Amino acid sequence: MKKIGTQSYQLEHNVSILETACIVGPKEKDGPLASYFDKCIEDEFWGEETWEKAESKFVKETAELVIHKSGLAVKDIDMCFAGDLINQCISSSFGLRDLNIPFFGIFGACSTFVESNLLGSIMIDGGFANHVLCACSSHFCSAEKQFRFPLELGNQRPPSSQWTVTAAGSTILTKAGNGPFIKILTPGKIVDMGIKDAANMGAAMAGAALDTLCTHFRDTGRMPNYYDAIFTGDLGYIGKDILIDLSLQQGFPIGDHYEDCGVLIFDKAKQDTHSGGSGCGCIASVFSGYIYHQMRSQHYQKILLIATGALTNALTSQQGESIPGIAHAISIEI
Amino acid sequence: MEKPNPLESNQAYQDYVDQKTPNSPILKNCFFAFCVGGFICSLGQVIFEYAQSRGVDETTCYTIVSVSLIFLSSFLTALNVFNRIGKFAGAGSLVPITGFANSIVSPAMEYKSEGYIMGVGAKMFTVAGPVLVYGISTSILVGMIALLFI
Repeated sequence: MKKIGTQSYQLEHNVSILETACIVGPKEKDGPLASYFDKCIEDEFWGEETWEKAESKFVKETAELVIHKSGLAVKDIDMCFAGDLINQCISSSFGLRDLNIPFFGIFGACSTFVESNLLGSIMIDGGFANHVLCACSSHFCSAEKQFRFPLELGNQRPPSSQWTVTAAGSTILTKAGNGPFIKILTPGKIVDMGIKDAANMGAAMAGAALDTLCTHFRDTGRMPNYYDAIFTGDLGYIGKDILIDLSLQQGFPIGDHYEDCGVLIFDKAKQDTHSGGSGCGCIASVFSGYIYHQMRSQHYQKILLIATGALTNALTSQQGESIPGIAHAISIEI
Repeated sequence: MEKPNPLESNQAYQDYVDQKTPNSPILKNCFFAFCVGGFICSLGQVIFEYAQSRGVDETTCYTIVSVSLIFLSSFLTALNVFNRIGKFAGAGSLVPITGFANSIVSPAMEYKSEGYIMGVGAKMFTVAGPVLVYGISTSILVGMIALLFI
């Protein structure tokens, strides 16, 4: 692996995304991408007693599914990077506790999916692992409970608010394999634009996305048109609009071939999801389902995947702190 | 005039974000709040008139109205209906006693998974707590003023 520019890294070996899997909840099933997901679960509890147990089950089932789809045995997986939004990442650790795979719990808020794949690809490129499992999840109900209000509370959501996606997505990275390949990594810095409105995460994270995006292009000497498509994780409609605007201002116009997973996953008009989807599971399921499928079918050959996270919790918002954002990027080519 | 650069300062970014962020549909929200809030109050009045027509004294009638609306709101909360009403009614269903009942029943339901002591018992007032604290404090203050000066 060699460093290029200020904070990007080029992998020296082929790191292939061997297989992906994703399982989503009922609202995602009603969205425009439903046909790309491996499984859609009708019951948000999925037969469990609590939201947290249900989310853990999403992680567990998705991890087992991706291993099954890849044709590997559990013992072939050398390590696992996983994360979620619930305190101390319990959805990941409880979901994966019975798998007996060396486990790294990571937190990058909604940027965790790309963070896990970024770390996993370093492990493979460095020769430390042959197969790495990366998993991420979020659950609308457990997230609402932890960050906002009880589900049954009769309040109104502002137009800038986003809807946490109920989904888990996972990938298996490997040295062998026929691609798609992870090529360049651009880990992001923490960028705080001073936004304090917890109901406008897209705007809070757009600054970090912009920073990582521009850094990636400066480090690699590429322009946005090098990629067939650029995807961000969950900036939603407002964040997407801001990123298009500001990337143009910075001399890297991404507008015409840029999409946001939070915008793609729901039908705003029919599903009343305001500014779009959010959560670790958003980019995890949209990549594992839709984007990976589009790369396998050669519809996209080169993409840049940028996952954005808001590094905040319920307490810091109440204490009047602003919301720092982060964005990690990986380029994937077939 | 030159367009301000949103990346110049946090304040410039905030101003820029404010422009990009759609406002809540205040007129529509007010209209629905007025209709639903009015309906709830009318319902209270109907219950009051009915109780009075059955020969119940006025003070008890007020109690019957409160108890009925609290029951109705709690019941609809449990059925996962009240939040749907609240979504478009906003302050219309939140401000009357129905909203108060909903704000106590909803955390009780949500935190049942943590048990009856640390879950339901401890978390039941997470939303309504501030209303109780400041509502009761204000009533004490007003009561003392009334006692001293009126």
